[in-house]
This record gives sequence, C-alpha cells and structure tokens, in this order.
Amino acid sequence: MKPRFSGVLAWLEERTGLASAAREFLYEPIPASSGWRQVLGSVALFLFLLQVFTGILLALNYAPTPGEAYNSLRYIVTELTGGRLLRGLHHWGASMFIVVVVLHLTQVFLWGAYKKPREATWLVGVVLLQLALAFGLTGYLLPWDNRAYWGTVVTTQIAAKAPLAGPYLLRLLGSDGSIGVVTFARFYTLHVLVLPAVTALLIGFHVYLVRRHGVAPAPEDAGRPPKPFFPEQVFKDTVAIFAAFALLFTLAVAARVPLERIADPTDNTYIPRPEWYFLFLFQLLKFFEGPLEVFGSIVLPGLAMLALALTPFLDRGPAVRLGRRTVALGVVGLSALAWAGLTAAAVATTPRQPAELAVDFSQPTGWLQLAPAELAGIGYFRAENCAACHPVSGKEAGKLGPDLTRTPPRRSAAWMIAHFKNPGELVPGSQMPPIRLNDKELSALAAFLLKLSPANAEALHAAPDFAVQGAMLYQTHQCGACHRVNGVGMQVGPPLNGLSRRRTKSWVERHFREPQAMSPGTSMPAYPFPPREMEAMVAYLFSLEE
Amino acid sequence: MAAALAIPAARYLLVPPRPGRKEEWTEAGEVSQLSPGSPVELVFRRNRRDGWRVISEKNTVWVVRKSQTEVVAFAPQCPHLGCAFHWDETNRHFLCPCHTSAFSLDGAVLSGPSARGLDRYPAKVEQNRLLVGSEVIPGPRAAS
Repeated sequence: MKPRFSGVLAWLEERTGLASAAREFLYEPIPASSGWRQVLGSVALFLFLLQVFTGILLALNYAPTPGEAYNSLRYIVTELTGGRLLRGLHHWGASMFIVVVVLHLTQVFLWGAYKKPREATWLVGVVLLQLALAFGLTGYLLPWDNRAYWGTVVTTQIAAKAPLAGPYLLRLLGSDGSIGVVTFARFYTLHVLVLPAVTALLIGFHVYLVRRHGVAPAPEDAGRPPKPFFPEQVFKDTVAIFAAFALLFTLAVAARVPLERIADPTDNTYIPRPEWYFLFLFQLLKFFEGPLEVFGSIVLPGLAMLALALTPFLDRGPAVRLGRRTVALGVVGLSALAWAGLTAAAVATTPRQPAELAVDFSQPTGWLQLAPAELAGIGYFRAENCAACHPVSGKEAGKLGPDLTRTPPRRSAAWMIAHFKNPGELVPGSQMPPIRLNDKELSALAAFLLKLSPANAEALHAAPDFAVQGAMLYQTHQCGACHRVNGVGMQVGPPLNGLSRRRTKSWVERHFREPQAMSPGTSMPAYPFPPREMEAMVAYLFSLEE
Repeated sequence: MAAALAIPAARYLLVPPRPGRKEEWTEAGEVSQLSPGSPVELVFRRNRRDGWRVISEKNTVWVVRKSQTEVVAFAPQCPHLGCAFHWDETNRHFLCPCHTSAFSLDGAVLSGPSARGLDRYPAKVEQNRLLVGSEVIPGPRAAS
C-alpha cells in the first residue's frame, strides 16, 4: 500500500510541483528574532478567509434589493438555525479584521519593516487597509435598517464634499439624489464582487512580496543564522489564529448584533452613527465648520493616508532597534491617543436612543401583532412568575404545572379566570396558589394564554419590557375605549398603528400631558404619566407597525 | 475550528426554518359540483411560504368525490418527475404525458415508470365546502 501511495505523491509532484512548493513554503528561512510579533499577518489572512466563508453562507439566504434585504436578513437571524451565529461571526469578524490589519500595520511601522527593499509590500498593505475600510462602509448598508440607511446617507454626503470629484463620486455610488435601489446595487456589487476579488489579488501579491524579500530582520539578527518557518513560527501563527477565532466565536455567541427598524427615509428623528472604528472621523467633522468642513472630511484623512503610504520614502535611514525609534513610537502613541480621544468624545456627545426602549428586530417580533390586552397579559404572566411552575416552550420538562402551550383541550377564558381565582375548585388537588389580580388583569392574562402556542412561545417571550409595560398602562387606562391597536379597540380616536410615521415622540408626550394644547377640541383627557411610565407608553405606541 | 464552522454551516443550510410549517386549510370549491367517480381539476388561490415571504398563488388539485363527506385531493404533479398529468376519460385513468405513467382513480400506479402512486393533499368537507391542506402526503409505493 505504501509504495502505491508514494507513487501517487511522486506523480502529483511531477505534474504539479505542489509538494516541493509546500516544502519550500514551510522551510523558508526567517530571521532568528521572528516570533509572536509576526503572527498578525497570518491572523488577518485567516479573518479575511473567514469573512469570505460566512459572507457566502449569508448570501445564500439574502436577497440584495432594498425591498427584500431587510426581511431576508430577519429570516436568516430569526428563522434559520445558526443564522444568528453566522451573522455574528460576519459582523464581529469585520471589526476584528480591521483591528488586526491596523495592529499588523502598526507592528510593521514600529519595527521599520517597510524600509528598502520592502516599500512595495508596505504600499500594498496600505491599500489593503483601505480595502478593509471599504468593506466596512459598503457592508454597513446591506441590512437595510434605519442604522444602515442613515449611516450611508452621511457617508455619501461626505463623498459628495470631495473637491471637484464630489458630484461624480456621488453618481458612481448611485446616490445622486437619494439612497435607493441603484445605491444598494452598487454597494452590494462592491461588497461581494469587486472588493473581495481585488483584496484576494492584493493579498496574494502582498504574500508574494513578503516571500520575495523575506521577513524583515531586526538589527539584533545581524550575524545570527536564520531559522525555518516550520515548526516554531507555524505553531505561533496557529495559536494566534486559534485565539482570535475563540474570541470571535465568543463575541458572535454572546454579543447582540443590532438590527433596527427597516430603513425609513422619512424618519426625521433618527441620529445616524457610523461603525465604531469610524467614530473618530465622525467627531473630527464637528471641529470644521462651514467651508472648512472639507478639511475634516476629505483633506485631513487624505493627507493621513498619503503620509502613511509615503512612510518608506520619508524614513530611509538604516534599521535601528525599536527602543531607538522614538519618532515612530511618538507617532503611534499620538495617533492612538487622538483616535481614542475622538472616539470617546463621539460616544459621549452623541445622544443615544436607550437600547432598552428600542425593538430588537434580530429577535422574533410576533408580539408586535398582539392586541394590547394580550401583550399586557405577558406582563401579568411575568409579574406572577407563572413560568416558575409552568413550562411554555415544550422543552422544560419536570415542572410542577402543565405546559401552557400544549394543554389539551384549550380552556375558555371564563374557565381560566375562574381557575386563576380558585385553582383547587376546578382542578382538584392543584397546588397552584390563587392569583391576586383584578378581573380586567385576569382577563388580559387569559387572553395572552389563549394566544400561546408552541410555534409562537419564543416570539411572545421576546416581547421587551417597555412594550409590555406600555400595554399594561394602555389596558389600565382603557385606551382601547377610544383607540384601535392591531385591529382591536374602538375608533373614536385615531388608530394608533403607524403613529411613529405621523408624530414625533415629544409631540405624543406633550399630547398626553396637555391634549387640548396639541389637539384643540379633543375629547381625550390628560394623562400626566410619571417619566418612566411615559417613556414606556410612548415607546410602545411607537413600536406599533402600520 | 473546522468543526465549529462546519457544523453550524451544515445546520444553517440543512435544518428547515423555524417556525415549522403548520397545516393550513384553503377552500378549493364546493363539493356539490363534484360527481362521484369523475375527477375534476379545481383551481384556487392559496398562500404559500417562500423563504421570508408569504405569497398568494394559483394552485390546482385533482379531486375525486367518494361520498358526500369524503373527497380525495391529488397533487397535480406526477410523482415520477413532476410533470402535470391529466385525466384520460377514454381509458378512465390519470395519464402523465411525459413518460406515460398511468394511475387509477384512487391514485395507484397502473403502468409506467412512476415508483409511487399519486401524491395527495389532506382534504376535508365542511358544510359543502371542500378544504385542502398544504402538506403533501406521498403516494403509496407501486406494487412491483
């Protein structure tokens, strides 16, 4: 068997030369001082390949048009097994790719590894950094939520400010006039066709140049014999790649990737924010007013990139130890300080919509279709801690009470309310304590339980606290006696679905406090809710879709 | 690492989407318009879940009335390779024009390459209305 196998290998080697190429690759001599600081390039390459892998998988269930993109992404994260994980890997992988590329560049800069004859390697690296940022910018639009839309409005407006080229850039990006189907098609094409192809080619060229000139030796390598790439450096690269993957996987599992309301070009209350690594530019723009703005948006970033590209031609002295590269250390230190300072200032000065008052569209949102009484029922269900004894997902066996999604036959609301009041009477031997709620609250609880099924249990549990609290207030104050929500309630006052498209939050809050001032002649009484209740009530009403 | 990527990727591509499809009944026509023993092709509209969308589309079903309360609804594609079959009144059997599979009035294979009888939709009668379900029930294997 063995001779035949070696015969196959010999045939493969003769026809392709792969075995000798792999040997040459693995045993390439590298400077004796090489070690952990050289692992970043390999990690960046791994992350790029991972982005390609997760990107392809996402694209298999993603429809790249404004009409479908958002719903197909919601389908991926709420209905497909592993969809949320893959989106998490792609989202956090993008951030991590940029971090690692910047760290790689910083390491090369600090050690002066760009010096002759490695100027071209450096230049290709700087272009690759810009491609990584372009990936971030173009991918930002693709979820087509409010965050994506408004972030891209700002991006394209910045491009429009470019001297002379502005209008042409805007036309190239397909956003001449507004962000729409053409912009989307351009961004998507750039993100999945142009940028990956160009990046892959340049990575290949970059690696070729690294191999051609060899890993840059440090001054302390003078007179020391080189060592082979395998096994020591291969081991270190592998450990670093594994650590990066473990961190990325943890982030993808544990950290929420935002998905906001579908893009609404008419939403005049949305405050756009760029991705975190662009926040410093966002803040920089605040320092340049009027005609000077172009300095903050185009000239300064352009000069910084130019200086970065020209670094090997500006610093042509002989290689020296890191400790003596005071200018390089100073540049890196000041840049890091400026980036951190501007980013912190951007975070501190931009008003944020509290996350706890926003609908998370990356979760199932079946609760949005519930009538206010049913949604309020979720509140009583949670307040009474019914889930402590009753399983509701079909997965938690061994609890005291029956699974409320499966109990056959389904009881009537009247039976449930009677049972809530006196459990032992209708179910002899029941250990359930009586529920101390009034009739209206018990009827809301029964309404919710009647809606519960194995198919919607997950969606109902995802109802955020603000919406549940808002619905409970809505029920308590009998808003349904005049208003209609999700087809339930009277039509004396205006229907409340789609309120966010008609009014601002501040208008609605004031209308609650002083209805006559906002709508003279209205029959609605004043509801001066305390601040937290007001917040929950308005946020609930604004979550109601048309 | 390969397993941490390959397993979620395989599950992502192979596990059916949540929530699972549940049976939906759509009215296809009135039972009184059907005569026992004479198959009729009924055309009706129903909603179908297509990925993230629910689309309303035209559907056809071949129905055979067996009694006042019992109706059989055959899916309109031949179980061999999916061609649309028709009722051959002369020979009193369903015939697929593609590869000449023939099926009896109760859907069993009479001749031809089909490996199983005609697929069915669940069907029930409520107050003269014929309701057709959405889940296809594969036809019985052909006798060898």
